[in-house]
Amino acid sequence: MEHRPLKPDADTREHLVVIGNGMAGCRAVEELLARDPSRYRVTIFGAEPRVNYNRIMLSPVLAGEKCFDDIVINGAAWYSDNGIALVAGDPVAAIDRAARTVTTRSGLSETYDRLLIATGSDPFIIPVPGKDLPGVIAFRDMDDVDTMLAAADAGGDAVVIGGGLLGLEAAHGLSLRGMKVTVIHLMPTLMERQLDEAAGWLLKNALEARGQTILTGADTAEIVGDAKVEGVKLKEGTLIPASLVVMAVGIRPSVALARDAGLAVGRGIQVDDHMVTSDPAVLAVGECVEHDGQVYGLVAPLWDMCRSLADGLVEAPTGYRGSVTSTKLKVSGIDVFSAGDFSGGDGCEDIVLRDASRGVYKRVIVKDDRIVGAVLYGDTADGNWYFDLLKRQEDVSDLRDLLIFGQAFAAGGGAADPKAAVAALSDDAEICGCNGVAKGQVVSCIAKGAHSLDAVRGTCKASASCGSCTGLVENLLALTLGDDVQSGPKTMCKCTSFGHDDVRREIVAQGMRSIPEVMQKLHWTTPDGCSSCRPALNYYLLCALPGDYVDDQQSRFVNERLHANIQKDGTYSVVPRMWGGLTNPTELRAIADVVEKYNAPMVKVTGGQRLDIFGIRKEDLPAVWADLNAVGMVSGHAYGKALRTVKTCVGSEWCRFGTQDSTGLGVKLERMSWGSWMPHKFKIAVSGCPRNCAEATIKDFGIVCVDSGYELHVGGNGGIHVRATDLLCKVATEQEAMDYCAAFIQLYREEARYLERTAPWIERAGIEHIKARIVDDAMGREALRARFLFSQSFSQDDPWAQRAEGAEAEHHAPMARFIPQGEIA
Amino acid sequence: MTTAEWLDIGWVDQIPVRGSRTVQVEGGDDIAVFRTAEGKVFALLDRCPHKHGRLSQGIVHGGAVACPLHNWRISLSTGEALGEDKGCTPTVPAKIDGGRVLICRAGTLKAAA
Ligand SMILES: Cc1cc2nc3c(=O)[nH]c(=O)nc-3n(C[C@H](O)[C@H](O)[C@H](O)COP(=O)(O)OP(=O)(O)OC[C@H]3O[C@@H](n4cnc5c(N)ncnc54)[C@H](O)[C@@H]3O)c2cc1C
Ligand code: HEM
Ligand code: SF4
Ligand code: FES
Repeated sequence: MEHRPLKPDADTREHLVVIGNGMAGCRAVEELLARDPSRYRVTIFGAEPRVNYNRIMLSPVLAGEKCFDDIVINGAAWYSDNGIALVAGDPVAAIDRAARTVTTRSGLSETYDRLLIATGSDPFIIPVPGKDLPGVIAFRDMDDVDTMLAAADAGGDAVVIGGGLLGLEAAHGLSLRGMKVTVIHLMPTLMERQLDEAAGWLLKNALEARGQTILTGADTAEIVGDAKVEGVKLKEGTLIPASLVVMAVGIRPSVALARDAGLAVGRGIQVDDHMVTSDPAVLAVGECVEHDGQVYGLVAPLWDMCRSLADGLVEAPTGYRGSVTSTKLKVSGIDVFSAGDFSGGDGCEDIVLRDASRGVYKRVIVKDDRIVGAVLYGDTADGNWYFDLLKRQEDVSDLRDLLIFGQAFAAGGGAADPKAAVAALSDDAEICGCNGVAKGQVVSCIAKGAHSLDAVRGTCKASASCGSCTGLVENLLALTLGDDVQSGPKTMCKCTSFGHDDVRREIVAQGMRSIPEVMQKLHWTTPDGCSSCRPALNYYLLCALPGDYVDDQQSRFVNERLHANIQKDGTYSVVPRMWGGLTNPTELRAIADVVEKYNAPMVKVTGGQRLDIFGIRKEDLPAVWADLNAVGMVSGHAYGKALRTVKTCVGSEWCRFGTQDSTGLGVKLERMSWGSWMPHKFKIAVSGCPRNCAEATIKDFGIVCVDSGYELHVGGNGGIHVRATDLLCKVATEQEAMDYCAAFIQLYREEARYLERTAPWIERAGIEHIKARIVDDAMGREALRARFLFSQSFSQDDPWAQRAEGAEAEHHAPMARFIPQGEIA
Repeated sequence: MTTAEWLDIGWVDQIPVRGSRTVQVEGGDDIAVFRTAEGKVFALLDRCPHKHGRLSQGIVHGGAVACPLHNWRISLSTGEALGEDKGCTPTVPAKIDGGRVLICRAGTLKAAA
């Protein structure tokens, strides 16, 4: 680049020196020129060997949608026309505030009257082995883009570390350029700082559909390669091949120069409302600054900063007051928008709209009648409108009900009442997109007697598929019937308009694979569900996808998370399995030792024929399990919605009345079915004769042995409402008893609603239905049994053994200890 | 960094998303530190206003935790019971700085006392 002479002899104006030829530095100069073009003589130093360009457009350049010339903001002519001297490709190496000079790496020195630091940010490089290998780069400037383009020309695999805005734009570009891209992201969802779980999930799906591999919850252990990068190794051991690694895990304000010069530096260079640093002759602007405790990583705040800075430089100070930011992802075809605070919390109300068929998720967060945040996926047309309402702190109470439908709806025709809006629709306006049902059809179906949501769903199919038009249908019911609307079947919880059976059916029919997916496709009205629906969905998915679904621990009740029963004082009780109620001296000794070693205040023989050790502290649970595991005892699942005990009597081995080996059968049944997750707890008993000492006729599955075989009983219950079992059938052999039991458990697992015991389930479904499935339909029974055993092949890992070996140790230890006089330990 | 005002209790990713960890306070009750789906942290006394259930063991959803004992919903930011239930758990100011979780020293002492 051609340099102008740095100091025209005759020029006696104050000299403004700018370090950083980037977005903020040049914008500040533009703002200054606009106010007073002749006041300062200006010199700009830039580390990059080029003119001022639009950094945010590097992503489209990488994606091949733009070239460098398209993204230049100020070309060479701008510098010469405005008499600005540009020193490009020679970074400033030191500032001497006493002498008021700056010196570049090549030794060039220049004095200043006012200095402006606009050095931007440095990419954060995670300190893993191999980070300095050739082929490992950041994504910050045009040189990085050139490196990526060269790598893409050679083809092969690329790994992008970091699933934030920058990383995803890099991944998108590389993937368009033909590389096979894997994104490694530490957090469970993409762009977690801008998006909530629901939107993050949609984004992940969309990117995967475009051929990228997205690994969330993945931590980089090292970058491997000899002379250049060859791959990335994850902490859990996987090796991903790569000829290019892009690190996009975050940025740090570039403060080294300022710190060396002795300026006040916190997270960034500290400035006041006029962008003045701790030295009145030195200003700073852009990503390198910290204002009022905030640092920024987006351009919008820079524009505000540059305005206040220029006002100050021409002595008309206005003052910068911080910025609220919004984000958009620049990946063509994927629309994502977020703004403000979407963490929810008190007094915050979520308004959620999901439209699965269009892949839309919108969430607006309102507090005290004002919008405080918004997350939009798939349809971002109203992003700016929400952002505007947010920034202006506009009272939205009048728009509340229509807000989520967007500006066109909410502002249109004064129809602020949703009922009025529905009333105004014409008869052939489409209500239900999934099933193509028009308003007229819904109204006539209501007129013909469908007086509840469920009845409408059953007759004209409106709202029967994805449920996104439920609100419209409800309004039509209210309009047509007034107070005569009948309430529908119980919904799963207040987060959805669907009942348990609908949700379950759709999970299987649509092959859904995760909780966020269910919530999106079935239009949950909350962003991440509640303590009723999360555990239920977790169970339904687990049941539908044995061996495949990854259990969501945070969607489980504490007992199932800690594999023990929480007691009212916050301690836990531990119940090891005693197969069929049998035990031996070794087990009893181990239990006795545990009781003494951990000072358990009580041991109790349960009604399920095993021992319950009470008063164990959470911290001690893994050690207790390890001691019990050492003699072969495993978790009794006394805490779970799972098989509890198999109670037996002594049977033909010892009892004079015994007809069959009830104890032996009980042990076999327990070995077959332990460890399986169920809608609710499940108890089995086997009695050796009709005297029924094991109380088999009040169990979920009870067997009463008789001379000619085994009577199978189902659906019994003790408890508040005692219910004796229904007789299912009689079988001749022990093997058949086992097979029928497995089939029955699987039918219960597949058909009962979460938290529904067998008794209410059977009363609801009818014993005839159970008989038809288990007794009359031999092939169906066999298929149920096979599905149960298949799912069991994944579930019989002793959770205690895993925990005793240190798995998820964090659940059992406090994060820190605080000793008030001392310190954190 | 632990200061006169803030206690540094560890890295934020030591707390599971939609989960909680505790801080033991010598001579006082535990403090439960929560991390929400959106990555915010909150600290509360680990004691439900109803019958002293351990909130750290509950299910976290949105900005609230459901107590493991009787399913009261407690707001993470104010400690108030939500819905029909009435009661309040002391809260402790908490924040993330540079990936570290900081909780307010004075608040901790007051809540745990
Ligand atoms: C690929 C990409 C996509 C982005 N997309 C968006 C987006 O969509 N929306 C958005 O709002 N923001 C986006 N950003 C962020 C945005 O680009 C930055 O916020 C903005 O560029 C910051 O401006 P700045 O002037 O502070 O820093 P920069 O633009 O980085 O300018 C700093 C300049 O100073 C130079 N410099 C540093 N040290 C010295 C020295 N010692 N001597 C001389 N020169 C020096 C650097 O080389 C650099 O040219 C994106 C960033 C990247 C990298
Ligand atoms: C939610 C409330 C309940 C809790 C927390 C609870 C807890 C327990 C625990 C910890 C055990 C010992 C563990 C074991 O041996 O498996 C147990 C056993 C038992 N419980 Fe309950 N129980 C509850 C409700 C009921 C109800 C409603 C009934 C009646 C149907 C019942 C009947 C029994 C019986 C008969 C046993 C003996 C052991 C067995 O068969 O599993 N319990 N319960
Ligand atoms: S149920 Fe019959 S076989 Fe079993 S112990 Fe009682 S009397 Fe004996
Ligand atoms: S103790 Fe928390 S709800 Fe009862």
